[in-house]
Amino acid sequence: MNVGKDTLVALDGAGLSISNKWLVREVSMSVSAGEIVTLIGPNGSGKSTTAKMALGIMTPSEGSVYRRENARVSYVPQRLSIDWTMPLRVNRFISLTRSLQKKEIKRVLSMTETEHLYDAEVRILSGGEFQRVLLARAIAHSPQFLVLDEPVQGVDFNGEIALYKLIEKIRNELNCGIVLISHDLHVVMSSTDRVICLNGHVCCSGTPAVVATEPEFRALFGDRAANELAFYKHHHDHEHLADQTVRKITEVEPNASAQLGRENTSHVSVKRNA
Amino acid sequence: MLDDFFIRAVVGGVGVALLAGPLGCFIVWRRLAYFGDTLSHSALLGVAMALLLDMNITLTVFIISVAVSLLLILLQRRASLSSDALLGLLAHATLAVGLVVLAFMTWVRVDLMGFLFGDILAITVRDIIIIWCGGLAVIAIVSLIWKSLLASTVSYDIAVAEGLRPDLANFVFMVLMAGVIAISMKIVGVLLITALLIIPAATARRFSGNPEVMAVMASVLGAGSVWLGLEGSLEWDTPAGPSIVVAALAFFITSVLPFPKFKK
Repeated sequence: MNVGKDTLVALDGAGLSISNKWLVREVSMSVSAGEIVTLIGPNGSGKSTTAKMALGIMTPSEGSVYRRENARVSYVPQRLSIDWTMPLRVNRFISLTRSLQKKEIKRVLSMTETEHLYDAEVRILSGGEFQRVLLARAIAHSPQFLVLDEPVQGVDFNGEIALYKLIEKIRNELNCGIVLISHDLHVVMSSTDRVICLNGHVCCSGTPAVVATEPEFRALFGDRAANELAFYKHHHDHEHLADQTVRKITEVEPNASAQLGRENTSHVSVKRNA
Repeated sequence: MLDDFFIRAVVGGVGVALLAGPLGCFIVWRRLAYFGDTLSHSALLGVAMALLLDMNITLTVFIISVAVSLLLILLQRRASLSSDALLGLLAHATLAVGLVVLAFMTWVRVDLMGFLFGDILAITVRDIIIIWCGGLAVIAIVSLIWKSLLASTVSYDIAVAEGLRPDLANFVFMVLMAGVIAISMKIVGVLLITALLIIPAATARRFSGNPEVMAVMASVLGAGSVWLGLEGSLEWDTPAGPSIVVAALAFFITSVLPFPKFKK
């Protein structure tokens, strides 16, 4: 495992199995201060599980995890339901795990354009509002390591871009390491330092430009995703990406991996047998 | 002052109600009502064991309750039954075993009704000391683990990720629940303990804007129910424990009436 002085979290061959089923295997990655690492992959490919192993919520069944001691960590989970019987206002929710001044709470709420919700009960927020409040809570404590699991789900399109810009700004201001799980490739990629494609294991990783040209990336995510990456790169290399067989494979979800196993490298079929 | 049995009952009952408030809120927030029931049912096994081994009843009930909670955690990890089925199994298994053990001990005469419905009017000064010392300890511990407990009630994952220790807090919470059941058994009895935990918390929900206010409100409402219930019991010669629960219920019904000025 490569652990430098800037390394916040490092996974070395980490995998998790629950009732004899491997959710994800052989993940090696590291996040350093000031770095945004984006995890992408189809549903059930182990993105959230990888994030939870990195956070220490789940203990890997194989491999190892390094976490810098006493680092300030913030987490925006993919799902969060608050029982309506608990009276919880936005300002109290922001200071859930660490106490904060009123001024600080207002500041982070205004950063996510939710200052007017200061006194609102959390359970009456809309999906998009709640995501903004979740993000405000996460950045409120000047984290050194920030994990965002689909942080803009349910946020309108303009807001989405603004929030991604905010995430980038936070990274620049705080020099924190960020793990981002997202489907919005075209928006995310412009600020991402490293992309890791997961599908039960790490299929490919590298800078967005490198990953976009990987055949495994196209095989997994289809040409729409590849085009989105290409769109980000503004390179005119997408003609040869428009491959009919590949498109069919990713559109038929349940059989996708099986067909990949047949047509693609042995790399993918390893996952099927595992 | 504590010479009068009625004063003793009020002082003891109010002590129990004050500590039942915050714990009752967590019972409501975490949907653990049936867990409280299971622990209080197992208290009868604790009584039986105490008589069998000639031990202190409060202490034995506490030990048995902790053991039952641990058994529950173990079964939840191992068995393929749902939590409510496991709770039902443990609640009635411990209750039945307790009753059978009591029946075997032909040499002791047990006032079963006293344990089921409480005997608050027979409360001694020693009981009061146990309630208030134990109660203050419970309140102190709850305030120590409050942040972890609250954060893990909202999201276990966030609590772990952000460096709190929810597993420890959850375990401590369980032990505190066992403690509360052990010391409040004499006040309202095995069958009605859960009511004293849940009803004041449910009443407090309507008037509270944040979790801390709700916890304090639940304590105050619980204490009010004890006082009102005991006054009523004295006035109309009704059983004390059930009267306290009826008073708590009266507060709850009042709280759900549509008073426009309380609407937030």
